[in-house]
Amino acid sequence: MTRYIARKLLIYGLTFVVAVTIDWAIPRFMPGNPVENLVARISLKPEASEALTSYYTQAFNLDDPWWKEYLNFWVALFHGDLGRSIMQFPTPVTTLIRRSLPYTLGLLIPAILLSWYAGNKVGALAARRKVLDNTVLPVGYVLTATPYMWLGILLAWLLGSTWRVFPVAGGYDFSLRPEWSWVFIQSLLYHWFLPFMSLFLVAFGGWAIGMRNMIIYELESDYAHYLEALGAPSRLVRKYAFRNAMLPQITGLALVIGVVVAGNLVTEIVFSYPGLGSLILNAIQNEDYFLIQGIFLVIIICVLVANFVVDIVYVLVDPRTRTGMVGKRA
Amino acid sequence: MTIAPQAAEARAPAAPAARAPAPGHRHEMLYFALRNKKLVFGLCLVSLMLLTAIAGPYLARHAPMEYGGPPGAAPSRDYWLGTTMFGQDVYAQFVNGLRVSFLVGALAGGLAAVIGMLVGFTAGYRGGWTDELLNMLTNVVLVIPTFAVLLVVAAYLTVRGVVIEALLIAFTSWPWAARAIRAQTFSLTSRDFVDVARLSGVPWWKIVLKEIAPMMSSYLFMAFILMFGGAILTAATLDFIGLGPTNTISLGMMMNYSVTNAALQLGFWWWFIPPGLAIMVVVGGLYIMNVGLDEVFNPRLREM
Repeated sequence: MTRYIARKLLIYGLTFVVAVTIDWAIPRFMPGNPVENLVARISLKPEASEALTSYYTQAFNLDDPWWKEYLNFWVALFHGDLGRSIMQFPTPVTTLIRRSLPYTLGLLIPAILLSWYAGNKVGALAARRKVLDNTVLPVGYVLTATPYMWLGILLAWLLGSTWRVFPVAGGYDFSLRPEWSWVFIQSLLYHWFLPFMSLFLVAFGGWAIGMRNMIIYELESDYAHYLEALGAPSRLVRKYAFRNAMLPQITGLALVIGVVVAGNLVTEIVFSYPGLGSLILNAIQNEDYFLIQGIFLVIIICVLVANFVVDIVYVLVDPRTRTGMVGKRA
Repeated sequence: MTIAPQAAEARAPAAPAARAPAPGHRHEMLYFALRNKKLVFGLCLVSLMLLTAIAGPYLARHAPMEYGGPPGAAPSRDYWLGTTMFGQDVYAQFVNGLRVSFLVGALAGGLAAVIGMLVGFTAGYRGGWTDELLNMLTNVVLVIPTFAVLLVVAAYLTVRGVVIEALLIAFTSWPWAARAIRAQTFSLTSRDFVDVARLSGVPWWKIVLKEIAPMMSSYLFMAFILMFGGAILTAATLDFIGLGPTNTISLGMMMNYSVTNAALQLGFWWWFIPPGLAIMVVVGGLYIMNVGLDEVFNPRLREM
């Protein structure tokens, strides 16, 4: 088990180093001179331009050899310094991200967990059951092939603009101020529902189909046939099939986190939800590169943490990893 | 690409091999392929859209980015899919965007499949240190949220073309295929016929190409289809965030423009429904084709 966890941690550590290196290298090795470009772009604000130029010369330390620049980048990172935003100039990038992150996580975590749970249940129910399968399968394929933002657009258009059941923009009512009051929380939930549903539905389709296919594979396997031959009730056979089919679904959870995060970003943009997605759209439109790089790192860290949590769960669920019989998946 | 990777990966060891392409076998495959409703249905959807993408632009009466029509007009005889807020022809944008989607999907999916095969075959066949290294690389690229990487790279490229976008997507989407191919290569390498080839002094890359790859050709084809669909979705997401090609229109950009210009509030449904619907139909068609192919290649899955 320690070996399994250690190996995973090694991979995550390596991934983090690669990600930070990418974050450091891209501005430096892209065609053109990004420093000049950046400073030129905001030349309208003289005081910002001046501060930025000095910031850049300091941060990039262009006279230093590249390895020293690289080390400086890491040092700054460990001090929690991701630079300053250009579009809201003196504000540090970390402040902007900290403001948006709760909204993103509040959407993502329930959407991922609930869609996974519901998708697995429904998929398992549908496998090899004619009537249910004939509805779940097509619906699942339609959902999983839908681009996240398009489902968001449809929901916002139908339930938001046309029938006016739900609000279409913002994280809470604009007349309210963020506070811990019942009215505010109600407004928060009200605005949360549509973006959550569009994330939930697309992911749900994928899980349902995955589980359905997996159960069919399991039901065709030797142990299932053997159980059936012994006269076991089909409920029991299905129970064992479900348990075995769960393991790949847990691994799958780690694999699709990145995809759902991407879906979350665009869904937020559709609903002008005040999370990282809207922040990154703003950053791109304003060419706020520090902010883009900062959000990139935060996303990487979140995904790595989520992957690690999934690994821990896997160890708890699959006894083989605990007894040291590390499968090839490790 | 939500379900596809893990489902494909999970069943990777079960699906492959054991299917040597015998002469009479091919007719049987074709028979089952034409009889498989899912495969035929998916193929019809994709072909229909492909046809639209190829022929559609020739029928357009306006250039996709040309202004001049009535702003925000509903579909009519002159403008088959209406116009945008700025009086651009939605039909022209749609068919050209569809073309771009297919192009990006085929390029990125194909290249990702090639990279996946290179890494998977090499790692699985060579084993040892090569395998350790490649496996590490695969795992790192697998864990890294590729979309975030695309985001940062695309943001710094001020001029982006369709090919660049496809390359970026290909370089980040190959790992799951590489992993599945590696696992299969691993198990095939210990087969007798591979030993015979090795004993007769055939170079290793030739063994991979002539002995191992044909054994999993069906799987490789299916992996390509899944990556094709996945690339189209990724490209649409990237375009929607505003990091798509800078020199052409695309379906994701159409959706972006419609959302940012309040098409939802104004009820210009003809502007945002077609691009998303087209992506859904193409990607859905590809996925359904994939299930059909799976059933054709794997007799145990055929519905009785």
